[in-house]
Amino acid sequence: MKPADDIIITTRDVTKVYQLGAEQVHALRGISLEVRRGEYLSILGPSGSGKSTFFNMVGGLDRPSAGSVSVDGCNLQELNQKQLAWIRCHKMGYIFQSFNLIQTMTAVENVALPRIFAGESPAKARAAAAEILDLVGLGHRLTHLPAQVSGGQQQRIAIARALVNRPGIILADEPTGNLDLHTGEEIIQLLADMKKQLGITVITATHDMKMLSASDTVVWIKDGRADRVARKGEFEVAIGTIDGKTLA
Amino acid sequence: MSNAVIPEQRQVSWAVSFQVSWAGIRRRFFRSLITMSGVVLAIAFLTYMQVMNDVVRALVRADDAVLNVLLQQAGVDIYAGDAPDRMMVLLIVLSLLACLVGIINSMLMSVTERIKEIGTLKCLGALDGFIVRSYFIESSVQGVAGTVLGCVIGLAVAIGVATTNYHGYIAANLPVFSILRSLTTSLTTGTLLSVMAAILPAYIAARKQPVDAMRVEE
Ligand SMILES: Nc1ncnc2c1ncn2[C@@H]1O[C@H](COP(=O)(O)OP(=O)(O)OP(=O)(O)O)[C@@H](O)[C@H]1O
Ligand SMILES: [Mg+2]
Repeated sequence: MKPADDIIITTRDVTKVYQLGAEQVHALRGISLEVRRGEYLSILGPSGSGKSTFFNMVGGLDRPSAGSVSVDGCNLQELNQKQLAWIRCHKMGYIFQSFNLIQTMTAVENVALPRIFAGESPAKARAAAAEILDLVGLGHRLTHLPAQVSGGQQQRIAIARALVNRPGIILADEPTGNLDLHTGEEIIQLLADMKKQLGITVITATHDMKMLSASDTVVWIKDGRADRVARKGEFEVAIGTIDGKTLA
Repeated sequence: MSNAVIPEQRQVSWAVSFQVSWAGIRRRFFRSLITMSGVVLAIAFLTYMQVMNDVVRALVRADDAVLNVLLQQAGVDIYAGDAPDRMMVLLIVLSLLACLVGIINSMLMSVTERIKEIGTLKCLGALDGFIVRSYFIESSVQGVAGTVLGCVIGLAVAIGVATTNYHGYIAANLPVFSILRSLTTSLTTGTLLSVMAAILPAYIAARKQPVDAMRVEE
């Protein structure tokens, strides 16, 4: 079955059960979703609803208990470890709430890593890293260590690192969770710009309504299920009154 | 794109692995010093014992009346053969074992501290082999540095003590060749020890998963 060309990610009935001792935690109870190529998709939901778990499945970071995830028509469940590593390196860029920069490496060394893992020489990789750092507005912080720059700048470095291999997909789990409102909005804006400039698909998880402005599609996750999906133009209205509640 | 089209991620070369690891080794220098201190002490002890033994043997062989008195005052049995002292061998082996356990422990702690970092590297495309290598590289670099330092300290202390006990006789009877051999033994032992100590931690580190990048640290 060939997927439509404008669909980059398809999940079918993705289920995840964590075994915590004798107890089973049903983190995902069957999520089926299609993500269009080049769209900015936000996953919204309360804490513990399964956003990060879903993010892990889509990103090929963890395997679902049941169901399937395909990226570019390729079923992640059927790949071996080294193929998954290749996908993670070339097709995906990850952005984390706590930035996850390697503390002992400078900005440019951090950003060069994915290219080095892709087989490029460190010198060339650093040159490419410097270029993309410039693109995210950190051309003047190349040799700073993560601890020597602000949180917003750290997240910019992380975005540069996620983009440096020109992946088709950026996955960002609460990218603004550790930032103040203003810096968070800048980061969202940067992601939206990158999406537009480079034509990448962006998937972010958040529980902050204020971070939805850049989204083309919003998916509400509740209790491990996709509660509802809204395209641009639909959710602005919806945001005001979800479940009858008025949101700030 | 079908699954067969997805290539397997290729391993980066040792040279590149070394370059990538070097940043961490250099910037974690003080942390490394703690790991190294065990190696430094054990190798200093090993070197001291060996060099002292080399010196005393050479002095006994000189068979000088005054020197023999000095040797006996220092507690050396000048009539004993060249067989190594069992007690001393046992002590050395124990100190090396303690050192091995020390490095393993300290590296395991560093794996725990770096779980998130290892997960992140895997998200960026690192293979298990890269993680294993980086632990071996780090351990070897620390091991060699600690061993060299231990050799220097052990040698210096041994020569110092010998000079105090046997005065000018040392310079005349310095067994350069056997001291060099002892230093080689120490260097090899220290390096092997550090590399061996990395086996378990490297293996445990490589088994960490990409999802570990998401871990929330307290
Ligand atoms: N490794 C795990 N082991 C056991 N249970 C887990 C694990 N990871 C997540 N869970 C559980 O799965 C459910 C979904 O968690 P998840 O982290 O996906 O939520 P989330 O929507 O990302 O929440 P938050 O907004 O707080 O980040 C929760 O009940 C959580 O306790
Ligand atoms: Mg989460």
